[in-house]
Amino acid sequence: MIKENSDDPSAGGPNIIEVETLTKTFGAITAVDGISFEVRRGEIFGFLGPNGAGKTTTTRMLTGVVPIDGGSVRIFGHDIQKEPVLAKQRFGVVPETSNAYVDLTAWQNLMLVGDLYGLDRTRAERRSSDLLETLGLSGRSDQKVKGYSKGMKQRLILAMALLHEPELLFLDEPTSGLDVQSTQMILGLLRDLNADGTTIFLTTHNMEEANRLCDRIGIIRSGKIVAIDAPERLKTAIDREHQVEVSFDRPVPAEAIAGLDGVAGASRTGDVWQITTGNPDLTIRSLVAFSGDRGATILTLNTLAPSLDRAFLRLTGEEQP
Amino acid sequence: MNPAAYGEQVRRAWVIARKDIRVYYLKGPVLIFGIFMPVFLFLAFFLGGRQLPLAFLVSGLVGMTLFFTSTAVSPAIFPWEGQARTLERLAACPVTVEAIVLGDMIASTLFGIGVTAITLLIGLALGLPLLHGIVLGFGILIAACCFSGLGMLLAVPPTNLPSNIMMLSTLLKFPLVFISGIFVPLEQMRRGGSCWRPARRSPTSRTSSATRFPAHTISRWRSISRCLPGSPWFSPPLRCACTGGACRGGCDRCSDRKMSGRCQ
Repeated sequence: MIKENSDDPSAGGPNIIEVETLTKTFGAITAVDGISFEVRRGEIFGFLGPNGAGKTTTTRMLTGVVPIDGGSVRIFGHDIQKEPVLAKQRFGVVPETSNAYVDLTAWQNLMLVGDLYGLDRTRAERRSSDLLETLGLSGRSDQKVKGYSKGMKQRLILAMALLHEPELLFLDEPTSGLDVQSTQMILGLLRDLNADGTTIFLTTHNMEEANRLCDRIGIIRSGKIVAIDAPERLKTAIDREHQVEVSFDRPVPAEAIAGLDGVAGASRTGDVWQITTGNPDLTIRSLVAFSGDRGATILTLNTLAPSLDRAFLRLTGEEQP
Repeated sequence: MNPAAYGEQVRRAWVIARKDIRVYYLKGPVLIFGIFMPVFLFLAFFLGGRQLPLAFLVSGLVGMTLFFTSTAVSPAIFPWEGQARTLERLAACPVTVEAIVLGDMIASTLFGIGVTAITLLIGLALGLPLLHGIVLGFGILIAACCFSGLGMLLAVPPTNLPSNIMMLSTLLKFPLVFISGIFVPLEQMRRGGSCWRPARRSPTSRTSSATRFPAHTISRWRSISRCLPGSPWFSPPLRCACTGGACRGGCDRCSDRKMSGRCQ
């Protein structure tokens, strides 16, 4: 398992979620196998893993939806098994599948949630109006949810989760299957919420989303945590080799490219050379010098940093190093 | 505000009940099993040529309506909520499991009382007397609570298919109706016979008795409360209602007027 780097000076603050040796079994299958981690106040924590790795089961245990078989979960210092109501009062949940009441209108759903969280009616109405406006649903607030598109339902669910202004937000694949407009709206809102101090626990398959949003990422495989760290550190820790793509205005011999300083390997696709290197700076200098010596003009030159996708695939065992 | 306090949880249970009323009261299976079924069963007996007095039939209908309606909503809510994943939403909200169950029971109880009240009003409109309204109301309230609790128990099997629960519910409810003393009073059954034994333990028998006494006073109230030790869930509260009714009404004089229809 890759341990996180704890020297980050910005990482301070008390832990909002504390998970210790959390375990869940279904019959003979151990879905979550003694995982431990913390989520710090004010961060966006990404929880990644392949299908069936135990992400959703973990999230359900953290939110008190399913009972825990072993270990403990403390949220804001409250044990989720012993003091579930006190813990739940302070967080909101956005599940992968919309679970608003489709026979009620968006407004009625929001009022229901307001009542369930003990909000007074004036505050609930003010918050509902603001959220519906922010999420582009104000014109449809009196329509029954059964007539909503998937994107609208997901935005409503987000509004319902945010109604009581939670300090912590759990999101399970919030943008799965949504159009670009809804996705960007939700991601933008999440960034704004985090900037205002809301801690976010984000379960996702989307590497790009995790890379752009998350301060730290935890990767789970077969019920065990295999890595927790910041995305950039995770990528460089897993995949130390960079890729450089270069193309010239004329053919160049393969052995000449392979023999340049810093080049660990080279292959050609069409007229683009894919060069593997552990030192991209030295390789680029060599390529520029080579171009000058041979009189070959460089048409394109791109450096490709290690991607979170590759790190993820390596860590989840779906790609060999 | 302490969200975990009992008072706050009861308030949130009422919120859940209001939601259930809005969402589930007009669902097809609830209407079929809660309203149409007892009406048609009643008509089957009413038109069956048995020449039963109207007072007896209406009191039976009230008991049967109460039984069907109070058990119509509560068993269906959990599978419906599971199917729509709204149960997961409730589970993630700051409400206890007890509050969720209480909310569903309140919704079911109110449905039973509401529809039964209509039946009762029809009976009164037909000219039948109401001799002990408080006793009748108390009996209906207790029976509705008990039946909605029974309905919640029927929803225990883990399924997201409401039809599975409704089938199980029907398997229990129909036999109960026919051995319940609704259409054949316990007093008329052969004591110790094959029907009498289960009927005296049936919750619907007690409801019928609780209905007949204050509405039409045809039963031997004290003897009923004595001879029906009954099932552990339903017996104590209904016996209290029965005994209370007997004391309040002082209707021993009516005890031999079986099915005569009125207290003089």
